[in-house]
Amino acid sequence: MDLKREQLPSDFRIRQLKARDMLRGDLEGEDLERFVEERVVTTTLEKAVAWARGNSFFPLTFGLACCAIEMMSIVASRVDIARFGFEAFRASPRQADLIILSGRVSIKMAPVIRRIYDQMLDPKWAISMGACCSSMGVFNNYSLVPADKFMPVDVHVPGCPPRPEALAHGVLRLRSKVQGNAPAGWRERYEAEGTEELLPEGDLRSPDISVLQPGDTAGA
Amino acid sequence: MPDATGLELYAQELRDRDGESIVDTEFHRNRATLVANPQKIKPVLEALQGKGYTSLASLHGVDYYPHEPRLGVLYELLDMERVDRISVKARVSTEDPRIDSVVELFPGAEFPEREVYDMFGVVFEGHPDLRRILMPEDYEGFPQRRDFPTGGEPVLFTFNEEGSYGRDM
Repeated sequence: MDLKREQLPSDFRIRQLKARDMLRGDLEGEDLERFVEERVVTTTLEKAVAWARGNSFFPLTFGLACCAIEMMSIVASRVDIARFGFEAFRASPRQADLIILSGRVSIKMAPVIRRIYDQMLDPKWAISMGACCSSMGVFNNYSLVPADKFMPVDVHVPGCPPRPEALAHGVLRLRSKVQGNAPAGWRERYEAEGTEELLPEGDLRSPDISVLQPGDTAGA
Repeated sequence: MPDATGLELYAQELRDRDGESIVDTEFHRNRATLVANPQKIKPVLEALQGKGYTSLASLHGVDYYPHEPRLGVLYELLDMERVDRISVKARVSTEDPRIDSVVELFPGAEFPEREVYDMFGVVFEGHPDLRRILMPEDYEGFPQRRDFPTGGEPVLFTFNEEGSYGRDM
């Protein structure tokens, strides 16, 4: 197959040379003014960081119920969340900065999820996907809790389950929230200072709590 | 499935062994049920096990509110050689929901009995490890009883956001 080298725009070489001159300090006076006006964008560091952060979420590989199937398909070819930089689902909460609660949260699962959320490093974000973990949907009974009861949620995606497009829209809403410079710490974001859990009294490495011993989960 | 006559024969046989063991029989839509005295549930199941019903296919609880005694424990027995089924039902009251555990006869009854205890509060005496199985261990109440409130947690919407948690603190 014949490949034809595309003709570059004629002024491309000129701009390239100008950029070289500017970096060398050879550009002066009116030329420099015009070059800066045309070619340089100024911003604040916070905005640049927020821009980068909002374009590179690392979601947690975490599924709860049927919504998880829809969540999985947002990385597939049709919705292809990789276009926005969200495709790297991390297997560890330490490496993730977005948790998608995809399904129903039972009252036995809630402390587990809260622990996973606490293990994630700031800045961290949460999407509650589907009716169950937002309003408990059809399972509004004794066994479930809505996610807002035990952790801060940034975006609720309604649906039962939401289509992958809806979740992608939710992720993009979260992106605009992050790029709009929402505070990175969730306590700051939701004015939740002073609600920190207190550690139990005493030495955590005491024999009462010995999760480090194999097979012994007492105190965990 | 024993037919209505066969069910009565079973009941009579069990009554011959112990006059108080079988309270009633029900035959409804080809399903044969022996209503057993909860105090005698273990000998009844043992006798049926000796007749070939060696598999406990299901053990579950029912709340018959407003009928008294309210709670029921159902044992679905299966004879795997003749592919024959029979149900045994024992009714216990909510005031004193006690029944003997059948884990010794059917080891597979351990988890179903824990579940019935968890959901209906029926205490299985002689169970090796009677704890809640589905709900958290510090949960209060027996959620599948009919007098347990059906509604779950109140859900936070925009219209009831004011005055809810986090706002009034």
